[in-house]
Amino acid sequence: MSVAPDASTQAQRAARDSGVEQAARFEAVIGLEVHVELNTATKMFCGCAIDFGGEPNVRTCPVCLGQPGSLPMINVKAVEYAIRLGLALGCDIAPSSQFHRKNYFYPDMPKNYQISQYDVPICLGGQLEVATADGSRRVGITRVHMEEDTGKTIHMAVHSERGAISGRIHGAEYSLVDYNRAGIPLLEVVSEPDIRSAEQARAYLTELRAIVLALEISDAKLEEGSMRCDANVSLRPVGHSVFGTRVEVKNMNSLRSLGRAIDHEIARQTELLSSGQPIVQETRHWNEDTATTSTLRAKEEVFDYRYFSDPDLVPVEPDSDWVARLRAELVELPAARRSRYAAEHGLAPGTAALLQSSGLAGRFDEAVSAGAPPAEAAKWLTNEVAAWCNERSVDPVTAALPGAHLAELTRLVADGTLSTKLAREVLEAVLAGEGSPGEVVAARGLAQISDTGALGAVVDTAIAGNAAAAQRVRDGNTKAIGALVGAVMRATKGQANPGLVNELLQARLKQAGER
Amino acid sequence: MHPLVASDAVSLRMMLDNREVSATEITQAHLDRIAETDQHVSAFIRTLDQSALDHAGDIDRRLSAGSRVGALAGLPLALKDILCTKGVETTCGSRMLQHYRPPYDATVVRKLREADAIVVGKANMDEFAMGSSCENSAFFPTRNPWDLERVPGGSSGGSVAAVAANNVPLGIGTDTGGSVRQPAALCGVVGVKPTYGLVSRFGLIAFASSLDQVGPIARTVGDAAELLEAIAGHDPRDATSIPTEAPDLHSALEAGVEGLRVGVVREFMGEGMADGVRQVVTAAIDRFAALGAEVVDVSLPHAGYGVSAYYLIAPSECSSNLSRYDGVRYGLRVDGETTEQMMASTREAGFGREVKRRIMIGTYALSAGYYDAYYAQAQRVRTLIIRDYEAAYAGCDVLVSPTSPTTAFKLGERAADPLAMYLSDVYTIPSNLAGAPALSLPVGLDHDGLPVGLQLMAPVLGEPVLFRAARALERELAIDSTPRGPGSLAQVAA
Amino acid sequence: MSLSTDDVRHVARLARLALSDQEVESLRGELSDILAYADKISEIAAADVPPTSHAYPLRNVYRDDIPQPSLPADEATAAAPQAEEGRFRVPRIVEEP
Ligand SMILES: [Mg+2]
Ligand SMILES: [Zn+2]
Repeated sequence: MSVAPDASTQAQRAARDSGVEQAARFEAVIGLEVHVELNTATKMFCGCAIDFGGEPNVRTCPVCLGQPGSLPMINVKAVEYAIRLGLALGCDIAPSSQFHRKNYFYPDMPKNYQISQYDVPICLGGQLEVATADGSRRVGITRVHMEEDTGKTIHMAVHSERGAISGRIHGAEYSLVDYNRAGIPLLEVVSEPDIRSAEQARAYLTELRAIVLALEISDAKLEEGSMRCDANVSLRPVGHSVFGTRVEVKNMNSLRSLGRAIDHEIARQTELLSSGQPIVQETRHWNEDTATTSTLRAKEEVFDYRYFSDPDLVPVEPDSDWVARLRAELVELPAARRSRYAAEHGLAPGTAALLQSSGLAGRFDEAVSAGAPPAEAAKWLTNEVAAWCNERSVDPVTAALPGAHLAELTRLVADGTLSTKLAREVLEAVLAGEGSPGEVVAARGLAQISDTGALGAVVDTAIAGNAAAAQRVRDGNTKAIGALVGAVMRATKGQANPGLVNELLQARLKQAGER
Repeated sequence: MHPLVASDAVSLRMMLDNREVSATEITQAHLDRIAETDQHVSAFIRTLDQSALDHAGDIDRRLSAGSRVGALAGLPLALKDILCTKGVETTCGSRMLQHYRPPYDATVVRKLREADAIVVGKANMDEFAMGSSCENSAFFPTRNPWDLERVPGGSSGGSVAAVAANNVPLGIGTDTGGSVRQPAALCGVVGVKPTYGLVSRFGLIAFASSLDQVGPIARTVGDAAELLEAIAGHDPRDATSIPTEAPDLHSALEAGVEGLRVGVVREFMGEGMADGVRQVVTAAIDRFAALGAEVVDVSLPHAGYGVSAYYLIAPSECSSNLSRYDGVRYGLRVDGETTEQMMASTREAGFGREVKRRIMIGTYALSAGYYDAYYAQAQRVRTLIIRDYEAAYAGCDVLVSPTSPTTAFKLGERAADPLAMYLSDVYTIPSNLAGAPALSLPVGLDHDGLPVGLQLMAPVLGEPVLFRAARALERELAIDSTPRGPGSLAQVAA
Repeated sequence: MSLSTDDVRHVARLARLALSDQEVESLRGELSDILAYADKISEIAAADVPPTSHAYPLRNVYRDDIPQPSLPADEATAAAPQAEEGRFRVPRIVEEP
């Protein structure tokens, strides 16, 4: 195979010529391919319900098992979701697009072809504005197309004591296939090679994920594979416009591993080019444990997919009324929302972004319109609520916290009914489904004691019972007051208003000192 | 021959309605006929005696109780073994699916059951519908009832031979490039390829998806019309199904051809046709004129490229459609060290020569560097052929031609020459490419006493005029469709 | 159009057919003949003609996003040559997609 002189050979030459400090002389050129699993009720081409967990191969039918004679029927909701994402990314919606067959043999594909889109995808040419430390960057979107997911294969090795166990493909003795995932609709979002660093790649993926979440078309979990990202990485000498030899890196299942894999790949290619070695066009596998990439498939093995339009399906030609309606119904997008949060509520960009990436922006809007102070609502959501959901693996979007409840909670704190500590307890109970904050306070008897008369007696008892600490305070050791406050809080089971307790203690001990 | 098996479907249905005969008697008479003759013809891969008799008994009970029965009640039918029948082996004539039991019924099968047709057996066929002689069945060849040393044609040879041998009045075949019409012509029965999209493909094991169409087979035009009405109509499980009602073929069936313009396709009357075929076909066309039709000469300038385009499009689609047979989910598996080896060995052992040949052609035609010259160019030629038909129908109501360039050939005669076999379908293929309906009508015997078929063609969804023209000629010719003569079934079976 | 033995082997590998040497040889001749015949279509100047994939021009044929019953448990693997714990079993996989 003859290789035309390209940027990588230029890069090798440049490397030989100048010798040292090559890293600064190369520029990374990165494009991302992101697969988004849609949260439709049924699969792309059959009526099987999409439902995770459960027994293998129970969400299957003749169509998604590729049984002889079965035929695909397009899920209209998946088309709608594709158009919505396309509109959000500023793409043109193709007046006519088609499904093609991508032919290759692999046991996780029931028909040994994937129904996908090829030269006429549904969405073409958009862009995504991403914010990075060096300012904002515009990344072009080449296309968004629809396709079907594959099944899941587990690779089995037989151990003498433990029997058959699953593991990696290498060294496995046989494999087992489950087609529950086969046929779930995917959108593949292909970016232009406009990304120049790992940080930008992460920012792009973060923003794309925020858009997908805002559109509510996927739960977009990188860790669980409902959002998957492959990166095409090449290097070229700074100032050159020709692309270098490209390497595709797969298997990054978190934002962090995307960043690490790209950094590693840039370093690997820089080292090769700096020592005058060529880059091999190939697909590499990111290994999270060793933090390295390894060859998965060399270019010579690239499949000949024999694409042709699927004769079982007819063209998708969304009429302009439908597209116009979907455009009109488009939700507020993350970038607009961030600007609005800054302008209307004075939120820092980081806080706004956090609300979005955790899927809590909707809750925030609800809470604020129910009267919560924006800064307070944001604080509760990004700290306590996000942590609570995270610990329990609960999707924040489904968490049982209506905005009105959060607004009520901030009111109870503001009027002194609840201390911050008590408020946390109340919030957990609300999230656990025990009712509104007011109901929880009533049921658990948690209201803060702010009655000077009732607290006065408790304070006096505390001073009497901690004479040594009281004396130290009188002697000018202000920190010693903590022990007295603690005693009051214990005596009131944490319900005493801490500010008031402090005030009363100060007053009593000062009086005593003057006497 | 028992009078019940000599009878056509419409007459049997009438006798049943009048309670002159029971569905069980009709079914039993045909099962007896099969038991007696199928050892000579080999039309069936599997007969379904018990389920057929059970269904017939159920129909009789409903008739006694005065409950509803379907339009095809009590009529025995041979089902090409390419349509999925739930829980009943569906082999597609292939070792690959020899023991395969589908988990669902094809839409056509469901409609036949709703119409109360009695499926008496699953008929033999060329493997995966690839062939024109029925010799490519993985199991055994079917023989032509007119001469047991000759082929019945294919790929729906089993269904057609069963109808010709009076084993059943009705048969279901599929036609991708002529697979209903060509055997119908060779066996002297009526065979129809409907408009693409008129009959659901759901549950039809795919050969070439953009060309495959289920079609009726019968000994009379009227019977074929009854069967087509029962299986046609929109199916929400097939994206290529036309959203239209089943056509009304009855109201105009006897309207005659006076005033119709019948176009004789010049390109289909040239060289390559056997003399006997030419004589019989020409005589039949003359009868159209005698019946008051205006017979005119028309040209389909690109029709001559039909076979070339077809042998790129059909194999390309088949190469992809047949990828699913890999030993993983169903069907044959031949073990291997690795999954790749297992798949390749399974496919090597499970597919016959012709199937492998077409998978290879199609894989090549779609592969990098050849797609534009082959597949894309073939689809452009397809456009030109469609335009030819449109131009021809601007001046004609129906077109006519021979169905096949020859009458039935001897078993083994063309087995070694795939290209010669492909040319059996030279007149039938263009209708598949155009998605338009066509029908083969028996119009006489050649000097060897073998049947000759006339092909009638109509525009897309032109089934009413197609059947009307065919019926007029059938009535005029009054052909005796019973196989007879030296070497025929009549010589070996009473 | 004439195919080499290597062409035939390459196509057989794409099509996952473990052809015997004898089949490779006979297919080489047969495919060459068939493709030579099919190549007749290259005589037609059709660059400006749109391709037709279906004769009947249907558009926008969709299904509503409403779940339908899947196959009953165990039926999916009922026809499998080899299954284990409800999954389809295959030998070692060497190539990754
Ligand atoms: Mg993809
Ligand atoms: Zn399904």
